[in-house]
Amino acid sequence: MSGGSYYVPASSKWPILACIGLGAMMLGTGLVLVYGRAGMPVMLVGLAGIVLVMALWFRDVVLESRQGLYDNQMDRSFRWGMGWFIFSEVMFFAAFFGTLFYVRTFALPWLDGEGAKGVAALLWPDFNASWPLLEPPGDNVQGPSATLSPWHLPLVNTLILVGSSITLTVAHEGLKEGHRRVVRHWLGLTVLLGICFIAIQGVEYREAYLHYGITLQAGIYGATFFLLTGFHGAHVIIGSVILMVMLVRVYRGHFAPDNQFGFEAAAWYWHFVDVVWIGLFLFVYVF
Amino acid sequence: MASHLPPGSSAQSHQLETAGTVSDTHYAGPKGLMRWLLTTNHKEIGTLYLLFSLSMFFIGGLFAMVVRAELFQPGLQLIQPEFFNQMTTMHGLIMVFGAVMPAFVGLANWMIPLQIGAPDMALPRLNNFSFWLLPVAFTMLLATLFMPGGAPNFGWTFYAPLSTTYAPPSTTFFIFSLHMAGISSILGAINIIATILNLRTPGMRMMDMPLFVWTWLITAFLLIAVMPVLAGVITMMLLDIHFGTSFFNAAGGGDPVLFQHLFWFFGHPEVYIMILPAFGIVSVILPTFARKPLFGYASMVYATAAIAILSFLVWAHHMFVVGLPLAAELFFMYSTMLISVPTGVKVFNWITTLFRGSLTFEPPMLFALAFVVLFTIGGFSGLMLAISPADFQYHDTYFVVAHFHYVLVPGAVFAIMAAVYYWLPKWTGHYPHLRLSQWHFWLSVIGVNLTFFPMHFAGLAGMPRRIPDYALQFADFNMVTSIGGFLFGLSQLLFVLVVVLCIRGGNKAPAKAWEGAEDLEWTVASPAPLHTFETPPDFTPHRH
Repeated sequence: MSGGSYYVPASSKWPILACIGLGAMMLGTGLVLVYGRAGMPVMLVGLAGIVLVMALWFRDVVLESRQGLYDNQMDRSFRWGMGWFIFSEVMFFAAFFGTLFYVRTFALPWLDGEGAKGVAALLWPDFNASWPLLEPPGDNVQGPSATLSPWHLPLVNTLILVGSSITLTVAHEGLKEGHRRVVRHWLGLTVLLGICFIAIQGVEYREAYLHYGITLQAGIYGATFFLLTGFHGAHVIIGSVILMVMLVRVYRGHFAPDNQFGFEAAAWYWHFVDVVWIGLFLFVYVF
Repeated sequence: MASHLPPGSSAQSHQLETAGTVSDTHYAGPKGLMRWLLTTNHKEIGTLYLLFSLSMFFIGGLFAMVVRAELFQPGLQLIQPEFFNQMTTMHGLIMVFGAVMPAFVGLANWMIPLQIGAPDMALPRLNNFSFWLLPVAFTMLLATLFMPGGAPNFGWTFYAPLSTTYAPPSTTFFIFSLHMAGISSILGAINIIATILNLRTPGMRMMDMPLFVWTWLITAFLLIAVMPVLAGVITMMLLDIHFGTSFFNAAGGGDPVLFQHLFWFFGHPEVYIMILPAFGIVSVILPTFARKPLFGYASMVYATAAIAILSFLVWAHHMFVVGLPLAAELFFMYSTMLISVPTGVKVFNWITTLFRGSLTFEPPMLFALAFVVLFTIGGFSGLMLAISPADFQYHDTYFVVAHFHYVLVPGAVFAIMAAVYYWLPKWTGHYPHLRLSQWHFWLSVIGVNLTFFPMHFAGLAGMPRRIPDYALQFADFNMVTSIGGFLFGLSQLLFVLVVVLCIRGGNKAPAKAWEGAEDLEWTVASPAPLHTFETPPDFTPHRH
């Protein structure tokens, strides 16, 4: 277990700066939402601050790793840390999937008068439950006019993201075998696929808003659609940035076959994002 | 970069008994405020957590005093109903997220590395980040009191649509402050898990760990599992408030009841997050002062795990009257009652630990014993509330308030105080003032029971919670409750006095401050030097 040389960093200014940055970003966002544009500078400064601090903080970690300050035990701490972080992300999405299932299985049928829940049905006697919900109960909520076919862009995106998990695995195997050229090419391809995914998702959002009336305000269908795909998309963007950083590090000659957890953590994250998408494809688009 | 290595692992821990200033002699980092802002040391961060928690305990307590002052007599005397609602809400939020949770995290920071023979937490910089997010978050939360429309006024459970459609503008800031507190909790929990799983001294198996470490491992798992769900649900609130979504709005096909499901899927494990570390503390303190090993160590571990797993399956017992299908009423009633089995295992194990022990009644032991008795009262009223048909009568009455205050105040808070009295000699090198500690204990016990016991009767007689005024027949109970509340609140000033005196001086404590204490933290000097266990200590498992 402990080898007696566990690396304990000295005082660091990054955490407190990160707190200030995050606090400013949160405060600024709240000000923008409640009091309008005046809060914008606070939000942007906070955002820039947190991005900058994260970059510098990770830079320190990379430098320490390159100097050989980390032993196997430290490596295990990072592994546990990343693993449990991803578990927390799983639970974040679980809340949103739970929302989707609850609304489809319980809330809408009850509004329609199913089961012993007759009271809810009295609110909107003409309401008919269906999924996708094109006609929400209230007259003041305009539902979508149609829904997106899963077999066009979403299918393409599924193939892209699943494909990117495969290319990433090839790159990772290459790294473990010490084939740097393989890593550069296949990791580059993975990043490219990630960017393609984001672009296609952007096209799809445009279509949803302009042609199908699927908006955040379009009742529970639009709300769950954008909640799930939106947070997933944000994670793809973050994952792509992480992979780009890994690509830069590979070009700079970082990582060794036996010292590559940074890469592996990025791969874990990417696979997690991929698995979430498969859940989305099945339950948001297909079924 | 090499200079970032910790100060030399030599010498400093060998001058055991004359400890006093040992912790500072080898320190060469930033001075003054910067030292605390930049620290990566688990002991300093633990201290920060504990001080933060203490200050929040008094702020939240002040809000409770306002509530009790208004409820002293029927009628509206001091404050308006709107402000009363803000007080009950902020009291709950501050106490749950600002006082109890950070106190346990502070204890974990201080004691887990010491109890498992680790040099520090696994990820020390992340540890600093986790702490300093809290002052930022709670400054924002307290600032809502001064915003137009006032602070959040919908209860600490912030049910939609009260917290969305009908909420004050400050709700947005409440959401962001909770986001930051949540990030803090998740990262803190990740750190604790990585520390426990990876930094135990060679030879210490999982089943050798002190119960406090075990309960925190399981608590950390709960935190990582449910804090993201809280983040999800407050994000959905934010979208409903500002972006026109319909998650909790039936007109758009959503459902306010969905909010309650999501909230309590977080909220129920959350109550175990606030009590499992308390179980651990009591399981460490009772054997020390009974001078006997803990009875049923393994069953304690399994019971803790069982409680944690069951805590994911019981959430809707908070929602019995919301209109659940009959099958759900039955499922959640029985699953909730099932929790009393592992909890009972624990209580019986504590009692059996005491059985035929050579007991002494130092302050930590007093609080731990009070915990066992008074927490069990709260457990039993919980069992009453679990019975769905009975809950139709109890729901939203003061009986519920009595129940959860019994598990949280003489439960969680007493355990925290027991822990503070138990480990103060390790932290400061001095024993807390005995007579003052005893006064603090007895005034607290009397105050707590005066406050919360009459609430049972008021609740059973039908007094609703969260109201600033009440029918005349509840007047006597409320007056007793208020007097008890003031007594309890004031006696906590005594606690501060004891802690301050103990930091400044007192009877010197040896490395092993309590005769019956067995764990690794008692092998280092008192006060513990800034850096401990830079080389892993020898460990021989003691019998459980």
